[in-house]
Amino acid sequence: MPDLLIELFSEEIPARMQGRAADDLKRRVTDGLVEAGLTYASAGAFSTPRRLVLSVEGLTAESPAQTEERKGPRVDAPDKAIEGFLRSTGLARQDLETRSEKKGEVYFAVIRRPGRPARDIVAEVLETVVRGFPWPKSMRWGAGEMRWVRPLHRILCLLSDEAGAEIVPLEIDGIRACDVTEGHRFLSPGEFSVSGFEDYAAKLRRAYVVLSPAERAEAIRADADTLAFAAGREVVEDRALLAEVAGLVEWPVVLMGAIGKDYLDLPPEVLQTSMREHQKFFSVRSPGAAGDDVQITHFITVANRETADDGATILAGNGRVLAARLADAKFFWDNDLRVARDGMAPWLEALSQVTFHARLGSVADRSARIARLARRLAPVTGADPDTAAEAARLAKADLTSEMVYEFPELQGVMGRYYAQAARFGPEIADAVRDHYKPLGPSDEVPEGPVTQAVALADKIEMLRAFWAIDEKPTGSKDPFALRRAALGVIRLCLAHGLRLPLLEVLGRNPDEASDLAQTSDRLLTEELASGGAGLPGDPARPSPEIAADLLGFFHDRLKVHLRDAGLRHDVIDACLAMPGSDDLVGLVRRAEALGAVLGTDEGENLLQGFRRANNILAQAEEKDGVEYSFGPDEKFAEADEEKALFAALDRAEAIIAPALSSEDFATAMAAMADLRAPIDAFFEAVQINTDNQIIRRNRLNLLGRIRQVCGGVADLTRIEG
Amino acid sequence: MATGGPADKPRSFQEIILRLQAYWAAQGCAILQPYDMEVGAGTFHPATTLRALGPTPWAAAYVQPSRRPTDGRYGDSPNRWQHYYQFQVLIKPSPPDFQAIYLGSLEAIGIDMSLHDIRFVEDDWESPTLGAWGLGWEVWCDGMEVSQFTYFQQVGGHDCRPVSGELTYGLERLAMYVLGYDDGNAMPFNDPGAPIPLTYGDVFREAEAQYARWNFDVADTHMLMRHFEDAEAECARILSEPALDLKTGRRIVMAQPAYDQCIKASHLFNLLDARGVISVTERQAYIGRVRALAKACADAYLLTEAGGFSA
Repeated sequence: MPDLLIELFSEEIPARMQGRAADDLKRRVTDGLVEAGLTYASAGAFSTPRRLVLSVEGLTAESPAQTEERKGPRVDAPDKAIEGFLRSTGLARQDLETRSEKKGEVYFAVIRRPGRPARDIVAEVLETVVRGFPWPKSMRWGAGEMRWVRPLHRILCLLSDEAGAEIVPLEIDGIRACDVTEGHRFLSPGEFSVSGFEDYAAKLRRAYVVLSPAERAEAIRADADTLAFAAGREVVEDRALLAEVAGLVEWPVVLMGAIGKDYLDLPPEVLQTSMREHQKFFSVRSPGAAGDDVQITHFITVANRETADDGATILAGNGRVLAARLADAKFFWDNDLRVARDGMAPWLEALSQVTFHARLGSVADRSARIARLARRLAPVTGADPDTAAEAARLAKADLTSEMVYEFPELQGVMGRYYAQAARFGPEIADAVRDHYKPLGPSDEVPEGPVTQAVALADKIEMLRAFWAIDEKPTGSKDPFALRRAALGVIRLCLAHGLRLPLLEVLGRNPDEASDLAQTSDRLLTEELASGGAGLPGDPARPSPEIAADLLGFFHDRLKVHLRDAGLRHDVIDACLAMPGSDDLVGLVRRAEALGAVLGTDEGENLLQGFRRANNILAQAEEKDGVEYSFGPDEKFAEADEEKALFAALDRAEAIIAPALSSEDFATAMAAMADLRAPIDAFFEAVQINTDNQIIRRNRLNLLGRIRQVCGGVADLTRIEG
Repeated sequence: MATGGPADKPRSFQEIILRLQAYWAAQGCAILQPYDMEVGAGTFHPATTLRALGPTPWAAAYVQPSRRPTDGRYGDSPNRWQHYYQFQVLIKPSPPDFQAIYLGSLEAIGIDMSLHDIRFVEDDWESPTLGAWGLGWEVWCDGMEVSQFTYFQQVGGHDCRPVSGELTYGLERLAMYVLGYDDGNAMPFNDPGAPIPLTYGDVFREAEAQYARWNFDVADTHMLMRHFEDAEAECARILSEPALDLKTGRRIVMAQPAYDQCIKASHLFNLLDARGVISVTERQAYIGRVRALAKACADAYLLTEAGGFSA
């Protein structure tokens, strides 16, 4: 049972690609080996900045021999047929066997395929994998045609067992497989040969290379914690950065330095972002602090080597680079604060120069639409309309600040600081920061009535606008994250029980959405005035049809959201068909009540009864060409069970109507479920189709009443199963 | 290595340039002089942009004074100037040990490899105006970017075959680091022991203020726009001429004169940008116009002998 070792040694692989590449190497090689008939006991993949490595243990030495039998033509078949068979099997006529079958003598080909040595299979598989490797971006180099993520220098490919190691014969575009590698670029230059994985890993470690990215990450984490702890501080956790940094070094050495006094009063988010984005530094903070009390005082950098001066030169250099970066950040911050303290007017003005979308106007246009919408939505979230409109007006101001220009990911965060500097109240400042939330299914839903109003307006405006110009998400394409926006609205409404008449808000009434038409008209005029050919397509004019289509989009997102929460899609469908389904909170309450009642025996049996009534009705209505929805008359009732059903329906209706209007769906559902017994008894005792047409029609109309009473609660025809 | 040992530190900005030139000369590069036009970066020099195209081998290194009008700070910034220097290397095909040769150049300018932390950090290069891109890294020395290292994949929309290896050193930043200055204006330009020692600021500070004022507030934008259009038109006109020159009877495709007009247009766009008269949407349109010129020049270059054309 030989072991296989592969190392693809190249110039530095981008950190973000290493993990995926190691997985791809493992999967593709092992899949190829197995497909060719080999088996193996275990496989492990590793990566460093300069190498992708695969170790496969317990590989079979050769693929099993295979025998295939194929039945051919009869011995007395025409020569042509027999020649064709020989061609397809690759055999000569004397190799064929003759067997007697019912129809006579028949030729059989027995094709024996000998097993192939692992060596040949590995060579073949690895070449295919290297040539077709799924790098996100690959390149050529020198005069060659081969593609790799960066120039590939060496392929180590070794099969080893107790008897020794053997280089797998393989050559790809002039790179011949070998048993040689090298260690750390600076700490241990020079090549060495290896005899197998254990030898390889051990020699690499002596050559200052930690092969496993997980081990490097863990070492960095542990050393960083130790350094920070010794200084009475703690490292700000950043898993993505840790993985990235582990992919930038083969021999991690963690160093900690202090941030210059001049920069300590920068907001912690600025320090952290600047250090992470520009320098790939970890932030170190005072322990136990939260919110506005966090102070970041130190940085941690990870070098790729040890030095004779214990990293003093490296740390000093990194500190100088950081100081230059933070000087820039402080320059932006000081400039921004001056603008903010004066009320941010230049920023708000500049927003009209920032195009949001060619057909939707500037960010200022959008801000004005959000503000009007936030004012309208304020009563729903319990916010003061003026405050909500003011917060919305300021929400995008930081986009033209110098700091956000430098660090776009700080949008909102900076806006809050600047709103504070401009002496706006905490409600507005928080709304400016948090109105982008929730970003996705697991991001927290923001609190605060003003924040909620602006967060809703921000998302609804965007959806309304893109729907108006027909830029909806299709398939996997959703460049403006409109699905996320709709989910954000859904989560805001559900988390805070916000009763939003969506259809109104989405623009069923065209006057409500006239903002967009105004922007669109202005853009068109400007475009024509500047000699342009006009905007493509129709101007952005919302309409009732668009609002209805957008509501459908919300319902689809809601189904996905509730499915993740365990609610069946057919239960939701049954409630979507009911009036008021543009109120998501009511819709979900109804669906939850229906889901609960359908989970009981009563509910399940009622459903059977309802279906029976509905089927009979449907057949009769089709046959007779009428709709049985006239009120049945109790005076034509004959059987006691029939009279009882009349009474039960009256009772149910008397409960259901007020329960529905007070949104007590549980009571309405329970009253509906109580119909189960009378309906069952009715079907048991009464024949619908009698010769007396008056009685038959009356009974069908009675069934019609069942349909109508239940139909007021939910559309049970949508329930599956 | 080409010059001295690790402890042998350069003493001035110009010594770093001289050492880089000596080092790359020793590696077999032709040491060219700067291109005599205003460019935004060393890449614009025809010795890079045009020579990266076609099959003919090439190896050159040169200093290129570069201008980025928007970076002007009136000479007040310690590390930003609207006029600055890049050192550029282009070798085609890229040698297999290009990384090692490059590291040798850092040693040549006095960076002690045993004390510093050199890293190759992913940074893919793209020039929208040149229709060019490549893969490579920014090279970090103790967290500081000291060079761009790129394997050119496309220029002017054409695949590079063979691939060129390109290096760009930002000379001011590199020199400040090597010489140990936080304020670039204070770093010695010539030898600090010279009879008349000059700092970088002595040489450039006053001019920086003058250019900043002109770039930001004074340049005649109507004239600049006119010149942009002139350059654009002339580029197209040059390229529309037939290859056969009637006077000499020779085939002469005028790729480089046309490319000069492309360089002009690109710089005029930068000036207009600094004057703040280009809106976000217009910006994309201008970049697209310059790219169209670069693409046309690249097409023309491939029809020259150096570009691989044979009749």
